[in-house]
Order: sequence, then structure tokens, then C-alpha cells
Amino acid sequence: MKETAENLPELSVIIPRKGWVPIDLKELWTYGELLYFLTKRDIKVRYKQTLLGGLWAVIQPVFTMVVFSIFFGKMAKIPSDDIPYPIFVYAGLLPWTYFANAVAASGNSLAGSAHLITKVYFPRLYIPASASLAGLVDFFIAMIVLVFMMVFYQYVPGMNVLLFPFLVGLTFLCAVGAGLWLSALNVQYRDIKYVIPFLIQLWLFISPVIYPVSMIDKKYQWLIAINPMGGVIKAYRATLLGHQPIDWQLLGISTFIIFIMLTTGLFYFRRMEKGFADIV
Amino acid sequence: MSYTSIKIENLSKQYRLGEYAGYRTFREAVVDTMKASLAVFRPKPDTEGLLPVGQNMVWALKDVSVDIEQGEVVGIVGRNGAGKSTLLKILGKITDPTEGRVELRGRVGSLLEVGTGFHPELTGQENIFLYGVILGMSRWEVARKFDEIVAFAELEKFIDTPVKRYSSGMYMRLAFAVAAHLEPEILLVDEVLAVGDAAFQKKCLGKMDDVSKQGRTVLFVSHQLNSVRKLCSRAIWLDNGSNQMEGTAREVVSAYEGAFFKAAETGAKTKQQNCFVGWDILEPKTDNPYRYDTFGPVKIRFLLLLDHEIQRGIHGIALWNSDNILMWGRSVENLHLKPGLNELTYVFEDLPLHPGPYRWQVSFYEKKGLMLDNWQSVPEMIVATEPLGHPLDEWAGILNLPSEFKAELLEKIK
Repeated sequence: MKETAENLPELSVIIPRKGWVPIDLKELWTYGELLYFLTKRDIKVRYKQTLLGGLWAVIQPVFTMVVFSIFFGKMAKIPSDDIPYPIFVYAGLLPWTYFANAVAASGNSLAGSAHLITKVYFPRLYIPASASLAGLVDFFIAMIVLVFMMVFYQYVPGMNVLLFPFLVGLTFLCAVGAGLWLSALNVQYRDIKYVIPFLIQLWLFISPVIYPVSMIDKKYQWLIAINPMGGVIKAYRATLLGHQPIDWQLLGISTFIIFIMLTTGLFYFRRMEKGFADIV
Repeated sequence: MSYTSIKIENLSKQYRLGEYAGYRTFREAVVDTMKASLAVFRPKPDTEGLLPVGQNMVWALKDVSVDIEQGEVVGIVGRNGAGKSTLLKILGKITDPTEGRVELRGRVGSLLEVGTGFHPELTGQENIFLYGVILGMSRWEVARKFDEIVAFAELEKFIDTPVKRYSSGMYMRLAFAVAAHLEPEILLVDEVLAVGDAAFQKKCLGKMDDVSKQGRTVLFVSHQLNSVRKLCSRAIWLDNGSNQMEGTAREVVSAYEGAFFKAAETGAKTKQQNCFVGWDILEPKTDNPYRYDTFGPVKIRFLLLLDHEIQRGIHGIALWNSDNILMWGRSVENLHLKPGLNELTYVFEDLPLHPGPYRWQVSFYEKKGLMLDNWQSVPEMIVATEPLGHPLDEWAGILNLPSEFKAELLEKIK
């Protein structure tokens, strides 16, 4: 008897779920390849039928760097921690551009996948996650320009550069955290579609992309790190350009905030997930 | 050994209807939050999860209980909105039930409208992998079956072309081929057999048959009652969200067809009045009044039951193919009809249609803006005339036009 019971295929039960739903790691693991294929799809499709293709990944931050260098660096004379303004602003724009694009893509991802959500089951978490992940390709393409600039301006990163992969991961998690919140809210409230561009625009100004953290009174610098991208962008500059030590305190605060944003995002997403197919 | 594959107990699903069916706007949410914070001192009833009971709530499924054994192929029939698709969506974990419980043994694969996972910019090959993985296969599984899938879809030559360049027939063939090679213990199929030309349909039916022979359980929703009859061992008839009848496929399908027909003849239609109650092909008379199998004039009638006199009625008709492409439509105005069972007939010189299932849609308005009924014909009309077009699907076109062809010499060149 016991043997036959073991031979039966695995039993799964469907019952109405209410309130908070735990995160199903086992399921995420079994569907792991889906994340890979969705990301691959997003990457492949991104520059299909464009003339310049992957060059767009470079054009956006480079042109922004040029414009910012002229207006903020030359004309407004914003300080840049004694490093040339172009490389200063580009080192900040690099993670920022990735973050902004990833948040916009993942925030709109669920609403844009209505046809899938209403027809096939799979962990919906992978939709905003793959949208954020796909942007990393652009990030690494844009990185090449920074390498050239580092050669040109003769900046050599120190040992701190080992922290770089960790920072990339942190930026990704930050984008996913924001993306989870925004995408889940977007399913129910399409207002979010209009909020996202506006939010990203404002977010740029509270992040130390154009200006250095040192411009702010020492007493209030921790405020910059409440914005998770604040501590992260500062750390990017420190690891890549090696002009100053890493501010562990600011990075610590930002990491903590990212962690909170990600966990609350995950739980909020799981809570809303069961209704996606009905309201999207 | 055999076991119960799907066990459905008192399954119900409630939907919100009307204007607020979709997403709430931010403003509504903000207003609600403000109201809620003002009412913080008043006790709040616990309504989480359950939607408020009001007129705009509707039960898409109500208290459905069914047991399905391993290896059975079960068809689900019913009018549009009877809850068939909702049932499959719950079983496929796409949406949560409101009440009740389902136990499933094994992996579930759902084929709800094939090809939804395709990306138009990607090639056939890339889409096979993407769609396969979305449906729950592993990359290696897809790779192993890749050649088989391509051969089944008959798309060897086009596999590196972006699918946006595919004809709708090719697109559907590829999608079905991927899905058909999924090997879950439970397969949910919604209206996918109405795919491509007659030959491919036959192939699909054969594949479905194989699937059940391998001991897999299949749940199959279709408007094509003939395929339900052919393919399924058992059938369930859903009406208004509840289980109306359960039995062998033959019994249930006949009863379902009969219900329309009997109601039409006796005029003792179900609960409703002022609606279409049936249709059939009057001439030529054959043993199947829903089948058109030889070219030539055909007379089709629709039965409309009215409980009051209509002075200036408006009637619309449309003919859809299985890809939901409109074949033909017409409207008639200023109809004067008496209460009782009315017959609206059409005579066509020919129906130049490709073989396959078609759906009539008929509507009736008392006057402009006041609709009495908008009915999708049950059963479907099956066209089984000889295919006269190009043998290649993408060149056959929409019409199956009989034509005379002749080649002759007009003038000789010296």
C-alpha cells in the first residue's frame, strides 16, 4: 500500500488565499529558467528594428553627461570633489541610468504583460525581476565608456574595486524593490504609469548624481542615504575612481533601506499577486 | 494503478461586474483611505478577501463539484459565460477561487489560447524555447523535443523568421506544436483545436488522443461539440456557473444540443424571454442540421422568442471563423414582429468558406440602444465542403471560392 501511495504524482491543493501570502522559494527555484528566458527575451527585443541598436545604451548616459558637464559643471560651477566634472558625473550617471530605466521597465512590466498573466500561470515575480535584470546589459555597455574616460583622465581604482560587483547587485535589488511596489500598484492603479516618469525625475535630484554628497552639511549627510541610491552612488564613485575612501556609514544606511524596500515589496507583491489576473 | 486526478469540491468564483470591474483609480483609493481614517472609531466588519455583496457581483462559478479520474478526457460544454473558462483558470492557478477547494495530482499544463507567450519580434526558434519554458517545461525538455515540435508544426523552413511575419495559421500551428509536446499529468485545453486547416486539426485531435492514451488527464473546453463527442469520454455541462449535467460525452452533448432545440420548438425556453433560442440549417436537409457539406444554396434560420410586439426592431447578424475573424455581417431595420416564436431566415447562394467551425452571432434590438439579446450560436456551424484554394495555408486566403479555370491560346506568335 505504502509503495503505491508514493508512486502517485505530487498533490497540490488550490484554496482561496486571504491576506498575506508567504514567498514560495521552491516554486521560484523550479521556474528558475523562466527568469533566464524572460530576461533573454527582454534583451533581444530591446533594440530590434533600431538603426543604432546597442549604441543607445551609450548615447543616453554620454549625452546626459555632456549636457550636465556644460550646464552644471561649467556654468553653475557645481563642485565635484576635485575630480574633473565629466568623469564625476558619468560615474554617477552610470548606476543612475540603469536604475531609472530598470524601475521604469519593471514598474510597467506587469500591466504590459496582461496577455500572459491572464492566460498562463508562473511566478509573476519574474516579470518585474526580468525587466530589471535585462537593463544590466545596457549598464555594462555604458561601463565601457567609463573605462575609456578613466584611461583618459588617468584614474586608477584601488582595491575597493572588488566591491563593484556587490554594488551592482545592490543597485539591481534596489531597482527590483522599487519595481515590485510600482508594478503591483500599477496593476490596480494605472495612475502609477504617470507617476513613474515624474518620480524618477524627482529622484534624480535627491540623488548625488549632479552634485557631491560633500556639498551637504556633514550633520545632514545621512539624509542622503535614506534615499537608497544616495549611499550607493557615492560608493560607486569611491570604488571606481578611488579618490576617497568608501563611506561605510552611508552605504550601510542605504543597504538597510534597500533591504526594507525589497522585503516589503516582496510581501506586498505576493499579497496582490493572487488578484492580478482578475484586475489587470 | 488509477487514482483521482482532479478533485473539485464546492468551487465558487465571484466576480465584480460593471463599471468598477477593472482597476480602481488612485483617487478612489485615496478617498476610501480618507473615509476609512475618519471612521476609525467605528467598528469595521471584516470583509477582507470577500467582495462586498451588491447587485454588481456575479457568481461565475457556484458550487461546482466534480471528480476526474486519471487518464480521462473530459469535455466541458456550455453557453458563453457559463463558467467554463473560469473553471480552467482556477485549475490552472491563474486566478484564485472565492470558495471551495481543488486537489490536483501532478503537474498541470494549461493551453488557454495558444501563442499568448509568443513575442512577435523573436524568431520561431526563440519563441519555441520561451513559450515552452513559460508553459513549465525545462530548457532541456524543449531542446530534446525541438525537432519534433518543428516537424509537427511543419515550419522547418521558417524557423529562423520572426513570428510577426507568420500567417495566423502558421502562428497557431507553432503554438499548438509547443503546447502539445508539454507532458504534464493534467492538461487543460481551452478552444485550441479550432486551429489551422482541417488537416492540421485532425493532427491535433490525434495528438490529444495520444496524450490520453499515455494516461494523462485532459480537461477540454470547446464550442466544437463534434470534437468533444469524438475526443472525450465524459463531459460536463455548465450553465450559469453550476453543474447542469454530467455523463458520457455523447449523452451530455446531445442533451446540450437538444436543450436549445427543444426549447426552440416548444417555445418553453429556460428562464429568459426575448432572446434567441436556436438555429439550424433548413435546406438542404441532412442528418446534421449544423453542417454544410456541399456547395450550393443554403437556407438558415434563427429562432427568436418574444413576449411582446416589436414595432421597429433592429436585427444584426455576423459570421465569425475560429480565429475570430469576421467573415460577413449585415443588419436589418424596422422589423415588425409579433409575440411568440419568430423565425428569421436567410438564404445564401453559396457559403464560400474554408472547411472548419464557424460561429453565428445574432442580435436583436427593440429600438436603438435597447438590446434584447446578442447570441453566439450553439452549436457552431461546421463547414465541411471540399477545399478549393491553394494547398499552402498562407496562400489559401479567407474565401473558399469555387472557380472555373481555363487556359487557351488567343494568338499565335510566329
